[in-house]
Amino acid sequence: MSDPSAPPATRPSLLDIRGLSKSFGTLKALDGVDFTLGEGEIHALLGENGAGKSTLIKVVTGVFARDAGTVRLAGREIAPRSAKDAVDAGIATVYQEVNLLPNLSVAQNLFLGRQPTRFGVVREGEMKRRARALLFDYGLDIDVGAPLSSYSVAVQHITAIARAVDLSARVLILDEPTASLDRHEVEILFSVMRKLAERGIGIVFVSHFLDQVYEICDRVTVLRNGRLIGARDIADLPRIDLIRMMLGRELAETTHERAASQPDTAREVCVSFKGFGKQGYVAPFDLELRRGEVVGLAGLLGSGRTETARLVFGAERADSGEAKIGGKAIRLNSPRDGAGFGFGYCPEERKTEGIVADLTVRENIVLALQARRGLHRPLSRREQDEIAMRYIRMLDIRPPDPERPIGLLSGGNQQKALLARWLATSPKLLVLDEPTRGIDVGAHAEIIRLVRELCEQGLALLVISSELDEIVTYSNRVVVLRDRAHVEELKGDAVEVSSILAAIAADTAPAHEAAS
Amino acid sequence: MTLRIPRRGMAQALALIIILMIDRLVSPQFFNLHLQDGRLFGSVIDVLNRGTPVALLSLGMVLVIATGGIDLSVGAVMAIAGATAASLADTHSLPVVIASALAVGLACGLWNGILVAVLRIQPIVATLILMVAGRGIAQLITEGRIVTFTSPDLVWMGNGAVLGLPTPVVIALGMLLVTAAVVRGTALGLLIEATGGNARASELSGVGTRAMILSVYVWCGLCAALAGVIAAADIMGADANNAGLWLELDAILAVVIGGTSLFGGRFSLVLAVAGALIIQAMNTGILLSGYPPELNLLVKAVVVLAVLLAQSPRLGDLSRFTARWRRTK
Repeated sequence: MSDPSAPPATRPSLLDIRGLSKSFGTLKALDGVDFTLGEGEIHALLGENGAGKSTLIKVVTGVFARDAGTVRLAGREIAPRSAKDAVDAGIATVYQEVNLLPNLSVAQNLFLGRQPTRFGVVREGEMKRRARALLFDYGLDIDVGAPLSSYSVAVQHITAIARAVDLSARVLILDEPTASLDRHEVEILFSVMRKLAERGIGIVFVSHFLDQVYEICDRVTVLRNGRLIGARDIADLPRIDLIRMMLGRELAETTHERAASQPDTAREVCVSFKGFGKQGYVAPFDLELRRGEVVGLAGLLGSGRTETARLVFGAERADSGEAKIGGKAIRLNSPRDGAGFGFGYCPEERKTEGIVADLTVRENIVLALQARRGLHRPLSRREQDEIAMRYIRMLDIRPPDPERPIGLLSGGNQQKALLARWLATSPKLLVLDEPTRGIDVGAHAEIIRLVRELCEQGLALLVISSELDEIVTYSNRVVVLRDRAHVEELKGDAVEVSSILAAIAADTAPAHEAAS
Repeated sequence: MTLRIPRRGMAQALALIIILMIDRLVSPQFFNLHLQDGRLFGSVIDVLNRGTPVALLSLGMVLVIATGGIDLSVGAVMAIAGATAASLADTHSLPVVIASALAVGLACGLWNGILVAVLRIQPIVATLILMVAGRGIAQLITEGRIVTFTSPDLVWMGNGAVLGLPTPVVIALGMLLVTAAVVRGTALGLLIEATGGNARASELSGVGTRAMILSVYVWCGLCAALAGVIAAADIMGADANNAGLWLELDAILAVVIGGTSLFGGRFSLVLAVAGALIIQAMNTGILLSGYPPELNLLVKAVVVLAVLLAQSPRLGDLSRFTARWRRTK
């Protein structure tokens, strides 16, 4: 493994990407990424949210313009400027949400925009005949005259793939194709993928199901924070090493010393959950959150971290178990309930669930406090200004202008303003979902410092992060999740990157049983 | 707030002034005022007086639109409230008449609000129901006739005067002040803007977004009912088919001219009313000019186009682009 990104000698290279970079403002979404796909290879592209997978796909398929780097397809340099350019060049993409027209028939979808015609009239019969023949190749024998929406998601996916490949694709990019498929449908999809690979088509497979990656893929490329971590043959890559590549260590800017550990029992319990869960969302769990303590939630994407956070705050309604404060059961059915008990929640999706982009920094900061005070007790403009300025100074929000629409701030400063929104309510518990995602390195270190300071001031914190080093830095306890269940709780000296990794990668036998 | 409005309202103030100047050109007596029987008369007073129903509607509509919704039923609610008021006017005292009409408006608003906030039906479809059904309800109340009345109290609501100003103008002004006090004097304004700007984020911040949405539709129903009473009082009768016909579109237009985005978020009550006056100043100007009133619709369309172009983000990009292009040249 001297040069991990070199293609395996056996396969001629089909798609060859070198030094690809793309920035959005100050944020580097892709930073000099290399990627090589061989002919007839099924190649997994892995990474957590925000690692740069979708940006890579969008740059290669011409949705975004690249800042630097080259893309070669079969030795010829290409620079698609739209999705159509990319298709013409031979790169087709099928997204998780099938991009077809559900109200049209399967045949119409397959031949949309290139229907066989005679004297300008579409030849329905001919089109259906060809559509049938085409899908027969994929092991589907269905009525191609029926609307696409009358078929399962798997059939819709295969239709999308058949259309893409029939448009003379040499590279097929599948973005999370299995997320909404059941096991049997996944099998059908995989057999189609294998067939296509035999015909020499290179397939890029994006997924967060590691079992599936091990089942179908030849090679894997891992991205993290927009950088290439490495490319390996899947056969020589133990699962724990793969997870380490995805979550691994890199946090040069922050101090690595662990938070001083005190005996947990000395701390006052802020809120406790017993058998708390929701069917099909996250399995019932027990959790105690104490004042002056940070509890980290670790696990892969889709393991139930965000789901746990939302249940704890009340953003989602639990259907089993109970939550208690000071020994008394509480009703936790809405964010309003949560906020009423002194909980705060900074969601992962800052833009869609956090900020109100058009409103000013001041209005965004006072929002939660005002909502809690109620309509009839408005904060005067002077109080609002005071609160906004206090937190702008305390958290060093830039530019320090409370009247600026928050949408114009950088990601890191938006995150700080959202923290300020909850700090202004003097919360007892803060739930932070990926507080450092998508923000630059400087702000990253500051947020981590803040988490620790808040903890020292006696707040209870529940923090989710994909960066294990970060979690280890500030957590007193770490809860590890897998397959939407809490599987392990690490305390004291056991809070280490290696033990978290081991817990995440631990025996996945149940998943395999379900697969067979 | 006090500092912000003048800067934000520049475009609307300018538009109103330009249209009034044009009105002055086509009708030299436009700004003349004279006092007769304790009431001021003149074209400017006409603009204010005729603009009242749309101004009242826009006060409710602007709040609905600020939450990202829309209320197509206000014209129909005007007809229902007008029919209610007209059929009670000669047998009941004025407070009872007004209270009944407002109660009807409240019920209509509550209906819309429940459909949108609780049952999560798209606002345009939810309010379309009452838009269609409302005229039928109004006709049931009037039993298919045009109900006329003679009650001097109710007539005063449409044709009387307070301190020289027509009663409808005073009522609209009062309603503007009440709405401003309710919305800006409490936290309602901020929470409505937050709900319209990003409902999910607001909900997660503990804002009762459902209550916000419900309350703006109720307020919109009340404003529409008041407009309906005034419109009925003005003609001393209720015409279920024509009262408030198409006025929902004028109200939406007034709100848009007032700079409130149909996507929700930031809103201004004063500018929405200014929008209503701009529309009425155009209507009155065309009537005075002697051009056929059909032209009115065309002029209105041109003004809408101008306002929307001025607000289009694409056009903003374009102007920045040409500015850069000029600089580099």
